[in-house]
Amino acid sequence: MSDIHPQAETQARPIVRIGRFLKDNPVIPLIALLLLLIGTLELMRPGIISPFWAGNTIKFAIPLAMLAACQVLTMLTGGIDLSVGIVATASAFVAATLTPLVGPVPAMLVAMAVGVVVGVVNGFGTGIARVHPLIMTLGTGLIASGCLQVYQRYVIATGTDIPAILEWLGTGRTAGLPNGIFLFVPFAVFVLWLMRYSGFGRLLFAVGSNEKAAQLSGVRSWQVLMALYVLSGLIAALTGLLYLGMIRAPSLSLANPLMLPSVAAAVIGGTSIFGGRGSFAGAIVGALILRVIETMLTLARMPEGARIALFGLIILAVTALYVRFTEQR
Amino acid sequence: MTSQTDPMSSGVTDTLLDAQNVAKSFGAVRALTDASLTVRRGEVVALMGANGAGKSTFVKILTGAIRPDKGRVTIRGAEARVGSPAEARRSGLVPVYQEPSLIPDLDISDNLRLGDTNADTFRHWAAELGHPELRLDAMIRDLPLATLRIIDLARALASTPDVLLLDELTAALPTDLVERVLRVARQQAEDGRGVIYISHRFAEIAALCDRATVLRDGRSVGDVDIAPGIEDRVVEMMLGARIDLGQRAAETARPKPGGAPRLRVQNLAAAPKLIDASFDLHPGEVLGVVALEGQGQDELFEVLAGMRKPAGGTVEIDGAPALFRHPADAIAAGLKFVPGNRAEALFRERSVRENIAMPFSARARAWGPLRLRHEKARVAEAVERLQIDTRAQGEVQRLSGGNQQKVTIGRWLAHGVETLLLFDPTRGIDVRTKRQIYPLVRELAGQGAAVLYYTSELAEVPLACDRAVVIFNGCVVDIVEAVDATEERLMRAAYGLTSAEGAA
Repeated sequence: MSDIHPQAETQARPIVRIGRFLKDNPVIPLIALLLLLIGTLELMRPGIISPFWAGNTIKFAIPLAMLAACQVLTMLTGGIDLSVGIVATASAFVAATLTPLVGPVPAMLVAMAVGVVVGVVNGFGTGIARVHPLIMTLGTGLIASGCLQVYQRYVIATGTDIPAILEWLGTGRTAGLPNGIFLFVPFAVFVLWLMRYSGFGRLLFAVGSNEKAAQLSGVRSWQVLMALYVLSGLIAALTGLLYLGMIRAPSLSLANPLMLPSVAAAVIGGTSIFGGRGSFAGAIVGALILRVIETMLTLARMPEGARIALFGLIILAVTALYVRFTEQR
Repeated sequence: MTSQTDPMSSGVTDTLLDAQNVAKSFGAVRALTDASLTVRRGEVVALMGANGAGKSTFVKILTGAIRPDKGRVTIRGAEARVGSPAEARRSGLVPVYQEPSLIPDLDISDNLRLGDTNADTFRHWAAELGHPELRLDAMIRDLPLATLRIIDLARALASTPDVLLLDELTAALPTDLVERVLRVARQQAEDGRGVIYISHRFAEIAALCDRATVLRDGRSVGDVDIAPGIEDRVVEMMLGARIDLGQRAAETARPKPGGAPRLRVQNLAAAPKLIDASFDLHPGEVLGVVALEGQGQDELFEVLAGMRKPAGGTVEIDGAPALFRHPADAIAAGLKFVPGNRAEALFRERSVRENIAMPFSARARAWGPLRLRHEKARVAEAVERLQIDTRAQGEVQRLSGGNQQKVTIGRWLAHGVETLLLFDPTRGIDVRTKRQIYPLVRELAGQGAAVLYYTSELAEVPLACDRAVVIFNGCVVDIVEAVDATEERLMRAAYGLTSAEGAA
């Protein structure tokens, strides 16, 4: 039977055209929102905005944005990586406990290997066994978390040490900016390049947009998913190392609180959890927005519980508004 | 339109179902313009029409699944505007489809309960249809398709419908079951009920039906009593006058390409519908594939594209045996597939350029930097050659249907075409685009490509193809040269009406 021809672009209503423009450039309204929030913050507490404050906000947005990169990349394929929090934690813990034993560089390499191992398992589960990524990464996250506790018993007596380079990256400042940007800027450039100018990035969009069509184009999607989850694990492990340098106190739940905000940053940044559409630039702004909102809630002197609840509410509201605005057809 | 005398009795009350002047459009597509169908007591009426004649839409209207824009459907004389499938059922019309409407995760008795079907009556009909041993606690998903169709039919019969609608029910059923289905359908008519029978098989229609209503281009074009030799008239009615699709650009009689075939298919079988297909495809040749819906052509193309494993037979590429586990294997062997459903091939929210260039990045060794300049040139060439309208190229879903189709073909033009598998490339697109596609296909063949071209529009065969294989019931039944490929000849062959002359 003949099908219905989609209407070709003719005279779209202005609201639709604005929606489309925003859909094509999701970062613009996000930056506007960020500036609006910063303005509100200044009204709440005049004088708070300072170079130091800005540097601090950026510093704590960096690990969040890096984990959000994991979410953006996996969401492009219609997936998600819920194991990034525990991978980052494990990587930090392993690096801190192994440094006194084997030295900083081998310790950091082993920490990165943790990310690779979890990534391979995730890739196998999602790409070959076809388990839903949500379940798969939740499962590997729990397994990794258990393994980490077992590992802790063996190294309980060794003590911890933090590699100097990580401390420099995590706590140092250069010209008012946190040294973390020396890691983050090349990282962000790489991810942006990967998504836009590499064959692999193109396949991420393809697999998420229409896996059957990708298959018909000759793409073996298990290869893509395997590489993707390994990459995601590597990024998470790297984030763990940076975060270790920032916090300087390894624990068994170090980076876990970053996990859900990383998903929120990706979604606020305009990445569709259904795949095929996403932007890392948006996620970076999303991470900054989350940090600013956090500052606002802290300033409002709310009890911890109310703050967390309100944080969740704001994330939902921002996402709903944003999606409603840009999904206009 | 209806005959004057009625063998059983007289009066309007004998009309069980009467649909008059039904029209339905989907957007700009007019699926039905003026369709009519009458079923009287004691009658089995065949509803016939070529692909795209509007049969499925008409059935959906009769069963209440969609509402007509115009016209009325009355059941048992009473003007009953059918609004939903449930209403149609209550008013006495019960359909049974090729795809059984049973819930896979429930057992038989639960499925019966959903439709308020009496289990004893169901058992009686199941036994009548050759399944006396059926256990009611069997899970639907564990049963073979043929059994499911019988269950679906028995359930329909158990509700004692006034009009039973059988839609392609016998396709891919074993012969003994087909006979039982036909016998039960006949019995319904003899008990004073009515049956609407939809099938592509003349043999069954001749054995079962009293009358045939023929649809063409969305309108009823004839209502004939079934008599020996009626096939020719029905085929004629189904064809009618066609829209001018343009002339074949190049010469009609081409020298037969010599040498070894690019693609040799021998005794290929693939579940569920392809049983035995053999043919050769030479470089420089466009080989048409003609078949009614669901005769095994889908399986044939899917096997060749690496999407389905064959159950038997061999495929040879340039003399070497080939077995594809993944479309990537087929692409590596030079077989490029354009599926019939555009939605399967396109990345809706990605750009035209990305859609066309996707195969360049498919292999893991091409995952690094995009070769932007190379890609841009190849894409531009394909866009130019296909005259794709790129005003809305940011997202493929914003293009018109014809332009979307061109993108799916353009992908392989940019990537290089050795063997092209086109599955109904002109389905649902405008005439202007169609006229661009035929010369393109000829041109590709002229440059040495081999093209396998399935089409649901018979008129396309002499325009685009050198030869055509005709598939019926899972088997290649005829191979027709383009010069002989009149629509009538093809239609007869597609309905399995030819003798075995020329069959491979």
